[in-house]
Amino acid sequence: MSDHAAHAPGLAHQFDDLDQQLDATTLGMWLFLAQEIMFFGGLFAAYAIYRSHYPEAFAAASHHLDIRLGGFNTVVLIFSSLTMALGVRAAQMGKNKTVFNYLLVTFMLGNLFLVVKAFEYHHKYVEGLIPGPWFSAHGATDPAVQMFFCLYFAMTGMHALHMVVGGGLLIYFMVQARRERYHAHYFGPIEIMGLYWHFVDIVWIFLFPLLYLLGLHQ
Amino acid sequence: MNAALAPPPSAPPPAETPTHYLNANYGFRSWMFTLDHKRIALLYLASITLFFFIGGFYAVMLRLELVTPAGDLMSAENYNKSFTMHGVMMVFFFLIPSIPAVLGNFLIPLMIGARDLAFPRLNLLSWYIYMAGGMLTLYAMVAGGVDTGWTMYTPYSTTYSNSHVMVMAVGIFINGFSSILTGLNFIVTIHKMRAPGLTWFRLPLFVWAHYATSVIQVLGTPVIAITILLVALERGFGFGFFDPKLGGDPILFQHLFWFYSHPAVYIMILPSMGVVSELVTCFSRKKVFGYKFIAMSSVAIAVFGFLVWGHHMFVSGQSIYAGMIFSFLSFLVGIPSAIKVFNWTATMYKGSISYHTPMLYVFGFIGLFTIGGLTGLIVANLGLDVHLHDTYFIVAHFHYIMVGGAVMGYLGGIHFWWPKITGRLYPEGWARFSALVLFVGFNLTFFPQFLVGYLGMPRRYHAYPEEFQVFNVMSSAGASILGLGYLIPMIYLTWSWRYGKLAPPNPWGAKGLEWTTPSPPTTFNFEETPVVTEEAYAYAQEQETEESH
Repeated sequence: MSDHAAHAPGLAHQFDDLDQQLDATTLGMWLFLAQEIMFFGGLFAAYAIYRSHYPEAFAAASHHLDIRLGGFNTVVLIFSSLTMALGVRAAQMGKNKTVFNYLLVTFMLGNLFLVVKAFEYHHKYVEGLIPGPWFSAHGATDPAVQMFFCLYFAMTGMHALHMVVGGGLLIYFMVQARRERYHAHYFGPIEIMGLYWHFVDIVWIFLFPLLYLLGLHQ
Repeated sequence: MNAALAPPPSAPPPAETPTHYLNANYGFRSWMFTLDHKRIALLYLASITLFFFIGGFYAVMLRLELVTPAGDLMSAENYNKSFTMHGVMMVFFFLIPSIPAVLGNFLIPLMIGARDLAFPRLNLLSWYIYMAGGMLTLYAMVAGGVDTGWTMYTPYSTTYSNSHVMVMAVGIFINGFSSILTGLNFIVTIHKMRAPGLTWFRLPLFVWAHYATSVIQVLGTPVIAITILLVALERGFGFGFFDPKLGGDPILFQHLFWFYSHPAVYIMILPSMGVVSELVTCFSRKKVFGYKFIAMSSVAIAVFGFLVWGHHMFVSGQSIYAGMIFSFLSFLVGIPSAIKVFNWTATMYKGSISYHTPMLYVFGFIGLFTIGGLTGLIVANLGLDVHLHDTYFIVAHFHYIMVGGAVMGYLGGIHFWWPKITGRLYPEGWARFSALVLFVGFNLTFFPQFLVGYLGMPRRYHAYPEEFQVFNVMSSAGASILGLGYLIPMIYLTWSWRYGKLAPPNPWGAKGLEWTTPSPPTTFNFEETPVVTEEAYAYAQEQETEESH
């Protein structure tokens, strides 16, 4: 450990300087996101295969989804991406208080999304659209309708789980911002948090049209 | 191969003993909360050795059962559980982490002149994740076992098996994240932490091999994770992803499973190839032949590896056209593999070869890997595979790669870097002897399986027709020799940790930054960040300068 390294706040011992640390942690997050893409990729592959096998059943099943709630949630998430990006900007300028505020708004928007999602899930439960032994969609004799809801719950559920993890991380970083941890040379954690949050948003940007919009005009 | 975690307990070190990573501090907590990549490597060394011997125990049970044609030692069900646990332990908890998590963890920062990996906490976390997954899988084992095979094919695993499938599957799911995090850590470290002057094409080939491996770990492993999750949703909640009754397709499971599990084979063999590249140049005292080709062939194997998964499914209902394409792509993997083998032999050509134990493992690796690779071409052949699929020919083929290749490389690497890891020399005579025992035992175990498989003996049965007995007795006899070959190094390496001769910093006269550090290295590896001014393996140059003096 060289002497100057020991003095820079926020610098881990294995790095020479903060620039190297920021480069390394950012690359690490991108690799993590690549891993996430492959993880969700398995679900998207399953979706693509079953959609091409059963186009009519999937189109019919998507009518059970509430496009207004889905659309509202899409807007909420896009707006939360904006507040997240503003939070990153504030961190780069070392304005810890602003960081805190933007992260708080992002956190609230994420929770709003999850609450709306919970209402949607509840509707599905009432309509008997939860796959498995209890599945009882009226008039749907085609088993592929159930496959649509298997995918719907797996994909949106996995996405929601990532939102919950993101919410937990936001709380952690809000505490850090309260402690005035960030300054013009040390803002990496917020930037990386931003990458994660945008990724989770982008997953939804793909899920919304695939699940809610495709086949709606039929 | 050493279970002894603690440094030699020679209480207060004598005054002249320099401080290094092993005696920097003592005690249980200093190991459980260590962020030192070298200590984490040793944690992995101890735990993968444990899992290796558990997996090995099941192999012994299988070979005992197969001595006689009748299924007399174990019931069919227990036999199924035994080969499942053998496969799961060896694949997920020994082979995949073996070289990367032990040697890679220990050596990559040393080789590139860094103080540690980029993310030391993540590194420690990955060991805890690994242990959590391993313990859960062990629990599935003692709670009654799992009988699905390590492949967990649907619909058996989702619908019909009454064993502890979910516990084991969750164990494998958790363990996968350890693999992902290790790979991520290596990629970032190799990109961002290299010493000044250490350009990409000056990197040791060991590092290149680990880079390629890490790419597979990061991009492949999440796919098995989501696959296991879908199996869990189907088994637990009746979601019908792979259930034909609900419009699902069991073949989709196989596609997703092999999309990871075929590249996983390259996670096992690529690091081993990296080890061989290091060893062959050192003990030939010659610059490696075709550096860039060996480096790029690692990357090529990683890339091709993602495009060949369908060759596991030639007879399981995949379309014939898909089968033809997968067959062709599988042949392509032979090209980078052959490039490596030819380049290693060309490196030895006119080199001054010395026959130390690590080099004996290199010879073993090259021979056995070549047999495993060439039989791979046979089973990649669409027509022949219809005959050979699910026979002992396949079992023999992949054991030549996984044991003959990956484990030989692992043991060669452990011996080569043992002086660096422990600061002690291992007993050369015993080590050579056990390398020979391993080679003989391995071939006697698995070569007869090629023959009996070609004659039609299927995998995964505890009983077989009498005409196959002679091959199976040979195989079981070989397995006992092989087992002995693993026990001997276990004993003398443990012994040498305490009683071996003290090792100089560079006992082999090898090139590479790791040999410029003391044996064992200090906690932060380098007093000052080294500056690299020459290419890797500059052995020939050294000779020339010696001659010119």
